[in-house]
Amino acid sequence: MSAKIRTQEEIAARVKALESMLIEQGVMTTQAIDRMVDIYEHEVGPQLGAKVVAKAWSDPEFKARLVEDASEACKQLGISGLQGEDMVVVENTDDVHNIIVCTLCSCYPWPVLGLPPNWYKDPQYRAAITREPRKVLSDSFGFTVPESVEVRVWDSSSEMRYWVLPQRPAGTDGWSEAQLAELVTRDSMIGVGAVAQVAS
Amino acid sequence: MNGVFDLAGTDGIGPVVVPEHEPVFRTEWEKAVFPMFAMCFRAGFFGVDQFRHGIELIDPAVYLKSPYYEHWVHTIEHFGEKLGKLDMAELDRRTAHYLANPEAPLPQHQDDPELLAFVEAVVPAGATAKRESGKAARFKVGDIVRVDRSAPKGHTRRARYIRGAVGEVVLAHGTFIYPDTAGNGLGEHPEHVYTVRFTNEELWGAEHAEPNGSVYFDVWDPYIELVAPSSAPTEGAVA
Repeated sequence: MSAKIRTQEEIAARVKALESMLIEQGVMTTQAIDRMVDIYEHEVGPQLGAKVVAKAWSDPEFKARLVEDASEACKQLGISGLQGEDMVVVENTDDVHNIIVCTLCSCYPWPVLGLPPNWYKDPQYRAAITREPRKVLSDSFGFTVPESVEVRVWDSSSEMRYWVLPQRPAGTDGWSEAQLAELVTRDSMIGVGAVAQVAS
Repeated sequence: MNGVFDLAGTDGIGPVVVPEHEPVFRTEWEKAVFPMFAMCFRAGFFGVDQFRHGIELIDPAVYLKSPYYEHWVHTIEHFGEKLGKLDMAELDRRTAHYLANPEAPLPQHQDDPELLAFVEAVVPAGATAKRESGKAARFKVGDIVRVDRSAPKGHTRRARYIRGAVGEVVLAHGTFIYPDTAGNGLGEHPEHVYTVRFTNEELWGAEHAEPNGSVYFDVWDPYIELVAPSSAPTEGAVA
């Protein structure tokens, strides 16, 4: 191996060089780049998944459809697209806690969660989460799953995109969907964190 | 291929570090690389499976140590060179130019309404890998199956940690593009995809497995063989 680890400056120069050639070939334009960046910085993010979760918490019929066919149920809310063409929602219960990972690369349900955080794509999480999920959750996320609860880790090896329907917290009776959506965190839909706490 | 990217179960590479806050894109160059995937896909550089394989071919030390989006640069270069779409000597020359002159401008160019329309269309529509096929599923939910030991040198989604392991089919998804052909430039050849549940004890051994846990992993039909058919009564069976 004659591996050379590039500096940030070297990568930036390499990317600009590549960009310049792809622009000249008509493969990309700065206008299209800016638009795509804008979509994933400002439009497609975990607030969309939170909206779906809040609706599932509030509407048993919608929840049944979501668990049956997540892609179709999300489409009804206008949520769909790239890297989430075929989605499966896995539901947390008193007995089961779900976590998602892509051990082989970085597969993640973009239409409901946006682009993944770097730790999700980094080798450390991908290496450890199938082998010692309880330890990873406790050590890195401060999140403990009781031993009585089964931990299920979903490794996204195909184009199916899994994501987690967390449990509705107690003390939220009568809350609106908009209020409930505020409680749903990105990490709770990955399965590495809790929904926001409700003051009792 | 048995590459370093196949990370599940690898020990000793350190803790998961989670920053308090993190922007979607950490640098300007990450913003330039992210859209290249969709736009180079449109320009015929690769399919999704090939894109992944190009990343798998990165030098393992670089793979483990480089920032995520640099992986994308490597696979775009790999296919650009292979298909004759990128002159690597010219790319090196321009890299030296921008390294010496980081603020030097990109080439002048016109906006392209068709490219913008592609972005607006592909983000909400996506590009499903689901394909109709006349193939009958060889397995059904409830079947006990074993992942075969096959270790192809090209692209595959047969992670090492599930090879040889026995689990239960829990979901059947229909037929999808087969990565072992598509990722190696050999066509889509759709196959049935199933989710198989493996217990922690099966994967890591009773002595080393965390209690009360399991891993759900998606396999294509050719990856698995039948150990025992589902014990659930089949349709039409006589009680």
